[in-house]
Amino acid sequence: MEPTNIFDPNYFHKVVDCQWACPAHTPVPEYIRLIAQERYTEAYMLNWDSNVFPGVLGRTCDRPCEPACRRVRTEETPVAICRLKRVAADNKGDVSAFMPQVPAKKNGKKIALIGAGPASLAVARDLLPLGYEVHLFEQDEKGGGFMRSQIPAFRLPEEVLDEEVDRILDMGVHCHFGQEITSMKAMMDMNFDAYFVGTGAPRGRDLELKGREEVDKHIHIGIDWLSSVAFGHITEMKGKVIVMGGGNTAMDCCRTSLRLGAESVSVVVRSAFEVMKASEWEKEDAMREGIPIINNRPPKEFVHKDGKLQGVLFECVTPVKGEDGRLRYEPSGEPDVFIEADHVLMAIGQDNHCPWIERDLGIEFDKWDCPTLNELTLQTTNPKVFFGGDSAFGPENIIWASAHAHRAAISIHLFCHGQDLVADRPPEGVNLISTKMGVHEWAYDAQYDDASRHLVPLVEEKSALTNIRVEVELGFDQALAEKEAQRCLNCDVQTVFTENLCIECDACVDICPMDCISFVANEDETQLRQQLTAPADNTEQDIYVSDVLPTTRVMVKDEDVCLHCGLCAERCPTNAWDMQRSIVHVPQLGSYAE
Amino acid sequence: MTFVAKPKVHHPKLPVNELGLTRRDYEGSVSTLCAGCGHDSVSAAIVQACAELSLPPHRFAKVSGIGCSSKTPSYFLNKSHGFNSVHGRMPSVMTGSNLANRDLIGVGVSGDGDSASIGFGQFAHIVRRRINMLYLVDNNGTYGLTKGQFSATNDKGSTSKKGIPNLYEPIDLVSSALQIGASFVARSFSGDKKQLVPLIKAALSHKGMAFIDVISPCVAFNNHSGSTKSYEFVRDHIHNVMDADLIMAHDEVTADYAEGSREDVTMPDGSTLQLYKVDADYDPHDRVGALNYVQRMQEKGEVVTGLLYVDPDAVECHDIMDTVSQPLNELTEADLCPGSDTLDALNQRYR
Repeated sequence: MEPTNIFDPNYFHKVVDCQWACPAHTPVPEYIRLIAQERYTEAYMLNWDSNVFPGVLGRTCDRPCEPACRRVRTEETPVAICRLKRVAADNKGDVSAFMPQVPAKKNGKKIALIGAGPASLAVARDLLPLGYEVHLFEQDEKGGGFMRSQIPAFRLPEEVLDEEVDRILDMGVHCHFGQEITSMKAMMDMNFDAYFVGTGAPRGRDLELKGREEVDKHIHIGIDWLSSVAFGHITEMKGKVIVMGGGNTAMDCCRTSLRLGAESVSVVVRSAFEVMKASEWEKEDAMREGIPIINNRPPKEFVHKDGKLQGVLFECVTPVKGEDGRLRYEPSGEPDVFIEADHVLMAIGQDNHCPWIERDLGIEFDKWDCPTLNELTLQTTNPKVFFGGDSAFGPENIIWASAHAHRAAISIHLFCHGQDLVADRPPEGVNLISTKMGVHEWAYDAQYDDASRHLVPLVEEKSALTNIRVEVELGFDQALAEKEAQRCLNCDVQTVFTENLCIECDACVDICPMDCISFVANEDETQLRQQLTAPADNTEQDIYVSDVLPTTRVMVKDEDVCLHCGLCAERCPTNAWDMQRSIVHVPQLGSYAE
Repeated sequence: MTFVAKPKVHHPKLPVNELGLTRRDYEGSVSTLCAGCGHDSVSAAIVQACAELSLPPHRFAKVSGIGCSSKTPSYFLNKSHGFNSVHGRMPSVMTGSNLANRDLIGVGVSGDGDSASIGFGQFAHIVRRRINMLYLVDNNGTYGLTKGQFSATNDKGSTSKKGIPNLYEPIDLVSSALQIGASFVARSFSGDKKQLVPLIKAALSHKGMAFIDVISPCVAFNNHSGSTKSYEFVRDHIHNVMDADLIMAHDEVTADYAEGSREDVTMPDGSTLQLYKVDADYDPHDRVGALNYVQRMQEKGEVVTGLLYVDPDAVECHDIMDTVSQPLNELTEADLCPGSDTLDALNQRYR
């Protein structure tokens, strides 16, 4: 194998599994260290810079970082990254002094942002400090988009959302709220320099089924219903409720129903439990509140009498694993199951829907009603128009919206200055800084902590279930956060090897608790992976190969289960190993690009 | 010296041996030797060898004297019996231990000062008595613990860290061991575990006195350009004559050697010692030949390594002395006081 190029910005970035998995590439280990040092404000700002909504995300993020966490591979449970993020938000001090300055003198460019959800808000945040005049159009009276309309208050208190939304609006956004946007053409006639569409995926799917028409008033589209609850139009839910669907919206629907007084709530899912779209923890939360999740039951018929819904008839199927590893469903032979219900909430997915965008504006759409976009620049076929968030590629989550926003903001900036959206994009980069402080001192807490993941304290169940505004998770307190922070392996402190210093004494090989390091004859990658002290079977993780050493061997380090404990560097007599903090520069307006 | 302790967590796919133990279960406490010390590699090799042989850690008696080398038994086989004795007196304690309990696996670790200077007499006599043990010397040619004076194994002309040459002839422990009666003699290098681990495994399976001289560089005082025991010098002058590997009954033979260069020796425990001739003219069963060869190469400045001599049928001390077959602590009162009839019978023989 060729020697590894550690100056490729992606090489060490990939080693920081959480940061790599995060769409916005938030520097997770760095903010966890700050939390461990009780520097909550700095931890918050680091998050805010990268993902814009730390308080919201600390409660509601889909957490792509957690399944990626290296601890999943070294023990089992990941660091509670999301909850630690919340600790930073809960304990921060006054952040106003750290906010970017918005110039009084504008740069003469006017940008329209359509839809006041996380994507548009984050674009506004990126553009305002550069002197753009930003206009935000939204049909609701308040900003926040689906963070406000679809995430129930018991998961995300309104004040937390208001704080982070208002922080951006207060930077000088021109808000045009409470007016339904009915025509893109009318927007384009207003002659903005660029348009950003962040209107989400607003159409909840319905189910055409026998009896559907007759009981229309008992059947509700999940996201619309949640929105009515959020805005106070619906305040109670009487009788028996069936929630159909296995995603996070279904979990929010069932838990909300319970709080609005439903006599009984059950979630019925067409597919198997393991393949449900809902996050593991959201399923757990629902089940902890006593809500049964019934799997492998596709609906067959809405049963009604005298125009009143009686319940739903479900078929029984069994999942069978096909040769491609995917589940297929076959009739199980059991008789159909009837479940009584007074209301049915449909949470079976949502789609993009832009009827308000005229199709003669040069903005092309595909057959799923998604715009044709350049994936990097998020520009549509009309060069002035950009998309981001759920409206770009279909339903995702808040953290993807932030990530899209940073990319779109760069594109808008380049576009407004007549630059090329691809060639002139700011590059990615990586800095490496030694953490060596003394003979046995490192600028990070190297020692491995074998503690198991700490559980988050919850509010007492009775008050949780009777008031929709009571937040269920209390969050970690500072002491618990400090303990959980110690579990982080500091994967951004990299093991950097310098060939010409190595005397091949084997000290690193002997001390490495995870058998990551080997000195072997060079081969091609497949063979090399099998010849190491411990075979490097996880091909998703890179192996770090040195140049040829005096004995003609090469040093090979499997990044897979490295604890970043620094023992190789501690034991190295010649400093051929050093622990260096990698700082990945993800292009972002205002942060690094300028 | 390392302040961050090695955590207990290990690679998720770390193999488990026949006793259900991983290699990590054979480790000791964290080493306090200098970072990069060859001795730590030797300890790691012992750990690996014992784990691969599935030997029960609690059946070991590890004995040492004084010096950097003699600290190392703390750093391997945590759950075994150990005795850190007086300078140069490892052989006395080991002899006693072995005579009292012949079932324990004896591992004596010593250094060049401990065995070639203050304990040279003890070394000679335990070899001569052929105690059934592994006698392993971490040989770095220097008194590291007292800041780098020449030891008795330091080659004439080799210099100190400050450039002053050594004026005296070296003691070659391999030659001494060959001459005095060791039935297994090998030399290896701490920086070559591929050779060292199989040698340790073979030595542990050998019945009788097994001696391994391991060149183990002292990174603090004897790893410089004037040294003949530095990583660089040893790598440049190493001359391997005979690879050895111990094949357990269920092991698969994977090594690929030229036809006729392999010899299988059945060991007392049923395993097979495989010898691979790297130097075609070398005969590992010729004691005098080995002695000549080692000394001739030494004259040329070459470091001969590998399994240099083995006599699998040699007798050991218990055979020579015709001792009782069980460990002394297993003898019952009936064994020790067989009664007045036996005493009478015995006395009759002296009438």
